[in-house]
Amino acid sequence: MNSAAELAALPTVLTAVFLVSGAAITLIGSLGLLRLHSFYERVHAPTLGTTLGTTFIAIASMIYFSALGKRPVLHELLIIFLVVTTTPIGLMILVNAALVRDKFESDGASRRKARDEHPDVL
Amino acid sequence: MRRLVPFPVLSVSLLGFWLLLNQTLSPGHILLGGVVALIGGWALAALKPPKARPRRLDRILLLAVLIFVDIVKSNIAVARIILGAKRKERTAGFMKIPLLLRDPYGLAALACIITSTPGTLWVDFNEASGILTIHVLDLTEEAGWVDLIKGRYERRLMEIFT
Repeated sequence: MNSAAELAALPTVLTAVFLVSGAAITLIGSLGLLRLHSFYERVHAPTLGTTLGTTFIAIASMIYFSALGKRPVLHELLIIFLVVTTTPIGLMILVNAALVRDKFESDGASRRKARDEHPDVL
Repeated sequence: MRRLVPFPVLSVSLLGFWLLLNQTLSPGHILLGGVVALIGGWALAALKPPKARPRRLDRILLLAVLIFVDIVKSNIAVARIILGAKRKERTAGFMKIPLLLRDPYGLAALACIITSTPGTLWVDFNEASGILTIHVLDLTEEAGWVDLIKGRYERRLMEIFT
């Protein structure tokens, strides 16, 4: 295996751009967990990391290792496909768990908060 | 043939997955992947899933492109909301949309589309009334979201899963 120093300029730059933008998007998504206020809003934040964030980082990996090995390395496509198709299921389960809790926990703080924010559903 | 390969599309995809994972096209791995694909097909047949009849490959590809564009757009929109000033006349909330789509695979695809797009989240679907509840991070224009889900996704999914 060659070392990273022998890489040509173009793949190096492309790898850096995709890697940094993917990481930045994932960071913004994680920041959303801090900045958004209710549980239902916070569930939206990590989807940034699981869609574009993952895609960009996987693309960076494909470019880097394809250039290093001088042959197409494509198995990162599987990561993109599996992450994009499986995270919705986890998120839906989380939201439904939160809804059930809000409905049945009679005087929990979360219920009062959720009711203030979404009076028509709960 | 039906008994040997009950789900040809699934088996071919499994074989593709296997070869992609191992990054090879060597005969040994094609054989091994073929065995995995066959067993995968039998396992699914044992579960007796309802028949799926996705049609129109061109429509599926078009929908995939649209979804990708929407995911990029809403990534930017949600990133703006997160980085933006605190609570500028933005309201997040639940909304209800009546759906005509009934095919279980179409609904599953719609659930994945809506949830993997940042900013919208599938919450509940009432099978009796056909009413879908989603949670939207930026609920300023309710009609726009109805248009997006009914006009852009539901219509196309109904063409694919007839």
